[in-house]
Amino acid sequence: MTTSYPPAAASPPPIAQVGPVAWMRKNLFNSWFNGILTILLVWLLGSTVINFVRWAFSLAQWQVIPANLPLYFVGRFPASQYWRVWVLVALLAALAGQTWGILAKTAPRLFSRPVLIGLAIAALIAVIFPTPPLYRLLILGVVLVVAASAWVGWQIGSKIPGFGKWLSIAWAIALPIALWLLLGGFGLRPVNINDWGGMLLTVFVSVLSILLSFPLGVLLALGRQSTLPVIRWLSTAYIELVRGLPLLSILFFASVMVPLFIPGNIRLNLVIRAIIGLTLFTAAYLAETIRGGLQSIPRGQTEASRALGLSTPLTLGLIILPQALKVSIPAIVGLFISLLQDTTLLLIIGLFELLGISRAILANPQFIGRYAEVYLFIGLIFWVLCYAMSWGSRRLEQSLNTTH
Amino acid sequence: MTQSTDGSEKIPFWRDDRVWRIIIQLIVLGVVLLIGSILLGNMFRNLAQLGRQFDFGFLRNQAGFNIGETIVPYQTNDRYWWALVVGFLNTLRLILVGFVLATVIGVLAGIASFSDNWLLRKLNVFYVEIVRNVPLLLQLFFWIFVVFYSLAPQRNLSDPPTPLLGRGFINKAGMFVPWPANTTGDWLALLGVVLGAIAAFFIWRWRIKLMETAGASGKPQQWMLIGLALIGLLVLLFGMKWETPTLGENNSITGGLRISLEYAAVLAGLSFYTGAFIAEIVRAGIQSVSKGQWEAARALGLHTGLAMQLVVLPQALRVIIPSLNSQYQNLAKNSTLALAIGYPDFFSTFQTTQNQTGRAVEMILILMAVYLIVNLVITTLMNLLNRSVQLKER
Repeated sequence: MTTSYPPAAASPPPIAQVGPVAWMRKNLFNSWFNGILTILLVWLLGSTVINFVRWAFSLAQWQVIPANLPLYFVGRFPASQYWRVWVLVALLAALAGQTWGILAKTAPRLFSRPVLIGLAIAALIAVIFPTPPLYRLLILGVVLVVAASAWVGWQIGSKIPGFGKWLSIAWAIALPIALWLLLGGFGLRPVNINDWGGMLLTVFVSVLSILLSFPLGVLLALGRQSTLPVIRWLSTAYIELVRGLPLLSILFFASVMVPLFIPGNIRLNLVIRAIIGLTLFTAAYLAETIRGGLQSIPRGQTEASRALGLSTPLTLGLIILPQALKVSIPAIVGLFISLLQDTTLLLIIGLFELLGISRAILANPQFIGRYAEVYLFIGLIFWVLCYAMSWGSRRLEQSLNTTH
Repeated sequence: MTQSTDGSEKIPFWRDDRVWRIIIQLIVLGVVLLIGSILLGNMFRNLAQLGRQFDFGFLRNQAGFNIGETIVPYQTNDRYWWALVVGFLNTLRLILVGFVLATVIGVLAGIASFSDNWLLRKLNVFYVEIVRNVPLLLQLFFWIFVVFYSLAPQRNLSDPPTPLLGRGFINKAGMFVPWPANTTGDWLALLGVVLGAIAAFFIWRWRIKLMETAGASGKPQQWMLIGLALIGLLVLLFGMKWETPTLGENNSITGGLRISLEYAAVLAGLSFYTGAFIAEIVRAGIQSVSKGQWEAARALGLHTGLAMQLVVLPQALRVIIPSLNSQYQNLAKNSTLALAIGYPDFFSTFQTTQNQTGRAVEMILILMAVYLIVNLVITTLMNLLNRSVQLKER
């Protein structure tokens, strides 16, 4: 039996849903509650912004930032050796540009509109940022190096497919070169690591800690998944113990207890001790992240590779770990971001990283009470670094996404 | 092809997996023990050189340092162990209030990300992206030096304090807010409110049950709940003897509750920081409930609020609570940063004690024990909560 419904009365055509008024009615004033909320938020936001602008342009004394720029970026690194830092920055910029170009090799156009806008903003900041003219030129040069090497990388990447492999080797070589440039020796004037500070120390400590904790974390993750009970228990105990403790107590352990554990005649630098602490801490978190990746690999993968006759180390190294690490990239980048933020805790054990050097600057009688300016500045630095990393990881995830 | 006659052909032991499994474990255990014994040997040798023995007796010595703010009585000549207890109580006060505030902020911000108000959604994204990408320690410095110290610009305690919303004061010593005087009537009123809250909880469950099983509207129970809430509010406002802080001679402030600026700053920093993470967890939890559940609930005639309360939230909680556990643990661990801005929490009393006595080994054992127990308690409670919201399967 079929029922026939009368055709619905033709409804009038919808009123035009375009234009700012319609948009506001739809998104801001679609009910009385939302209307009140919008007015309240606009008032709150407006007064905050007005107060901030008034403060930033009349009360704030921004000269605390340009006056101390070298301190923020390299600490007490000797001024005559700044060229070494610039060379390093140029080198890293070239490498980063190449990597970007090669990752984007499938893109139809390298310099799309958002990229061009980003480069223009970077160049603009380089020009208007209040530094000596030479530095403005150098920053502009770094932006140019990034763009040029990205173009070269894009060209090479689309012509020579296997070039990506050389890039990872280049990154691996970059680390010893960076250490040589910064620490000196072999013909360069040696610089004591205690003179490093600011962003240089922050980046150095976090990069070295993540590099050192990576193998340890992989081993611990594999250990926790192992079928051998002793290894499993030991790894689990370590991971759970470290994850249950605050980072500050681990750093305290590193700065106070590590000297007790090594023979009395060896003295470890405080920076090294801090890196040991951060490495021990990060490894436990990395292990859990990688364990999540390992668990997401179906058992069939192991079984298939065993059926092909691969031994356990080969199965792990060729089949399981590459897939597991790829799955855990977002979480690993998240860890890297929190590690970068956690380096601020080094100021509590007496190191002058970015936040520590700011405290030192604020203790200078000339700049006393300029908290808001200084903290906003280094907050911006941290925000840009962390946001860029999470954005980059999202892009990397997309480009590595091989599932269909 | 020859077949072994007795059927017990031995595999050579170096091809036997079982033997290797045992050997590998023995090797790993041996290496760990070797490293451990070298490290411990070094430690005892170094300690002996410094002339120290492993001994907890120092905890009974006089502490001799001051603690800025305490909940329980503490004097400078009290013992070390009591100083540590006082610090621990300060930490508890920080993390318990922090849990509540962070949860409220996080849940509100998480729900705000589903608002159909464009401005609210954008502000929410702004809050989450800023807070998650700036180090917590920097945020704490910002709260204390930029926010709270600028609210209290007085140089000396004898300068007149800044009024706070007409009912309290703020100066370098802290914020002074109205607080119930410690009388029997107050405690009775408080007891009444607590009993009312328990009654409200049962009425609420009764209402949900009626709505789910009998399809009742739940209106009478709703009126009962509203009535209880009104009575509770009235009792709190007028049944208790609220003491407002008053300005005395030399600008000294008496009465009310003093909240030190350090405590307020750490609390604000921790709550907003953890709140941003909780907001993301709540958002992910609500998003994990499939759209069909919303549509089905709406098709049954439930309006948005009820659909959220009866259908979506119970399912979202299953996703939310396990992640909340680690956020609460992070809050507890991050509370150690209070040390950096001068709130005397457990870690700060711990560090002072360690610096004065030089007892690194004993103190680090105490420290580990305390934080591991705190984490264990949080995990246990959250697992209990988790079990109560999990899907009951046979």
